Amino acid sequence: MPTSSELAVVAANLGKRYRLGESIRHDTARDWIADTASGLVRRRRRASRRALPSELWALRGVDFEIERGDVVGVIGRNGAGKSTLLKILTRVTRPTTGSLRGWGRVGSLLEVGTGFHPELTGRENIFLSGAVLGMRRAEIVRKFDRIVEFSGIEHMLDTPVKRYSSGMYVRLGFSVAAHLEPDILVIDEVLAVGDAPFQGKCLEVVRRLSQEGTTVLLVSHNLGTVALFCRSGLLLEAGTLAAQGPVEDVVRTYVHSLEAAAGQTLGERRDRSGEGQVRVTSVRINTPGRPPGEIATGEALRFTFGVSRRVPGLDCAFGVYDASGNLVADFTSIEWSPLDVPFDLEPGPEPDVVVCELDELLLLPGRYRIDVGLYLLGDLQDNVEGAAFFTVGPGAVRGRPVRGETTYGVVQIPHVWRFGAASARRSGARVL
Amino acid sequence: MIGGATRGHELRPFTVDSPLPGMRGGAARLREVLGSRELLAFLAWRDLTVRYKQSAIGVLWAVLQPLLLAGAFTVFFGKLGGLGAAGGSYALATFAALLPWQLVAFAVFAASHSVVSSQDLVTRVYFPRILIPLAPFAVALVDFCAAFAVALVWVAIASPSFTLAIAWAPLFLLLALTTAVGVGCWLAALNVRFRDVQVAVPVLVQLWLFCTPVAYPSSIVPEGWRLAYAANPMVTAVDGFRAALLGAPDLQPGAILLSVAVALALAITGVGFFWRTEDTFADIV
Repeated sequence: MPTSSELAVVAANLGKRYRLGESIRHDTARDWIADTASGLVRRRRRASRRALPSELWALRGVDFEIERGDVVGVIGRNGAGKSTLLKILTRVTRPTTGSLRGWGRVGSLLEVGTGFHPELTGRENIFLSGAVLGMRRAEIVRKFDRIVEFSGIEHMLDTPVKRYSSGMYVRLGFSVAAHLEPDILVIDEVLAVGDAPFQGKCLEVVRRLSQEGTTVLLVSHNLGTVALFCRSGLLLEAGTLAAQGPVEDVVRTYVHSLEAAAGQTLGERRDRSGEGQVRVTSVRINTPGRPPGEIATGEALRFTFGVSRRVPGLDCAFGVYDASGNLVADFTSIEWSPLDVPFDLEPGPEPDVVVCELDELLLLPGRYRIDVGLYLLGDLQDNVEGAAFFTVGPGAVRGRPVRGETTYGVVQIPHVWRFGAASARRSGARVL
Repeated sequence: MIGGATRGHELRPFTVDSPLPGMRGGAARLREVLGSRELLAFLAWRDLTVRYKQSAIGVLWAVLQPLLLAGAFTVFFGKLGGLGAAGGSYALATFAALLPWQLVAFAVFAASHSVVSSQDLVTRVYFPRILIPLAPFAVALVDFCAAFAVALVWVAIASPSFTLAIAWAPLFLLLALTTAVGVGCWLAALNVRFRDVQVAVPVLVQLWLFCTPVAYPSSIVPEGWRLAYAANPMVTAVDGFRAALLGAPDLQPGAILLSVAVALALAITGVGFFWRTEDTFADIV
């Protein structure tokens, strides 16, 4: 038996089943009755429905141990079960099978502002939120001054939080959550949406708590952050534990699994999120006029995304990640340029595609992956991690050779050198 | 700024697994609820603070509401409807009956909405869910106490024949609260799944009011139907509470027993149903 002095979390045969009937929302009894009745009357439809899986195992047979004080990155594709695992760990939901044992208090930084009531003042909300997150009254009283000081909202302490700016609201909420001093801290990638100073503050707190012995579980899509922050990793794949160990190994395994998945037909992949009204069905990456295999630094590049449907208001975004999982560049049609060409709304015989072209590829030679997202009027419709991979070969940027093995950094920025006397520095430039 | 005051000592273990079935599971949940009294107090305090924060006359509402209702009942049922002829003050009798009734009506109404309107809590943080429908009872009780004080003054002025019977009032109040906990828990849990509950509750509460001797004395119910009538535990709660304050109708022991049994059954099944379904709240709310 593991002892509580060495371990923070032990999961044994952990499983969580969602009945699909529960994910199909029956908001009113009328819907439910209508669904049930139509199922009874129309037997045929009911039979076809039974052909679909009636349940979904978000997690299945997961076993792992996490040592106390470890910093663990939880990685995996969409739908791999990461958030279900977090929900079980924070006891928001219960597993269907198995159990998860833990030692100490669990806190999470995704609960910023949890329990806040807009009508109550900052002072009152500190107590309320603290209590909801699991602090005793005496503990809140003891930490009150530190919470206020850390949040930096002393002057607004007796103002209802509905009058706070969103930044102040988040700072106060975060300050309460951070002072929970959990023994096990859970951080979701939700954190990534905050602004840069806020994120910096979060990471600072996480680092300090971790130094003091808090066990940290970090869920992130940014493998770079995981590799930087975590000592070990947990890789989830389709609800099962695919790898556990030192973070470098787990990240490597994950990148390989992403590559393997990219071999699958994109339209058939299930590891995607979003509402699903439009889906990405294919990705082709090539230099115009050449086959996809021949991509080089400095050349033009075209990304062609097949989409399931031509709809107005569609936007496409994709991120390019390097081999260690760091985001190198982000492309999005949400920020519109006058040079962009919108959909012709008359559907033609051709399959529908969204194309992104760039004149000069500034990426260094190496292996890259892209994550693709589709948005309809701002709502995420489809998101596939590792939708495609491509290899950039050595090339040249404005005549300057870029060779894989001798180049450092992430991108090659076009530039010009000049050697000579200081007075000659303007030669070649246009003299006004 | 953030100190590690809790490090080094033995950490409290916890287990997350599929819920224990039956009585053992219930006992575990009950222990957990008892351990969370402080959080319940915080949630109750939040509801109280929010309720009176921006209201100009604050707790006066708690007195005005039953007063206005009793006034309307007196004019339409007492005077025009002729129910006031039974002797004693119809207005006072109605006001006294409205106290436990409004306590239950408010608590049931607030409890039935509570879980759905606390979605952000339910899906983000763990604590015994049953605290959510229980918290509104604080507001209901404070309102009740304010109105009760007025009732006591009124009784003292109207009928100085104040007796020790008033000592029974808390017991009938307890009967009303037990009923409200049961019905509140049922509706709160059902509302998570079926939002119809939200729409149905005001109507149900209205119908329930007509089945309860608030605007009329229970003596107008035919003798043969009195026992069946007491299957509504609020009949005994309201009659008993009114009798404790004003003295009057003698209650049949059979009717009292039936009401108590129904109230207990409602409370046990309500809490039981809530506990059976609370683990899925975060998945479906």
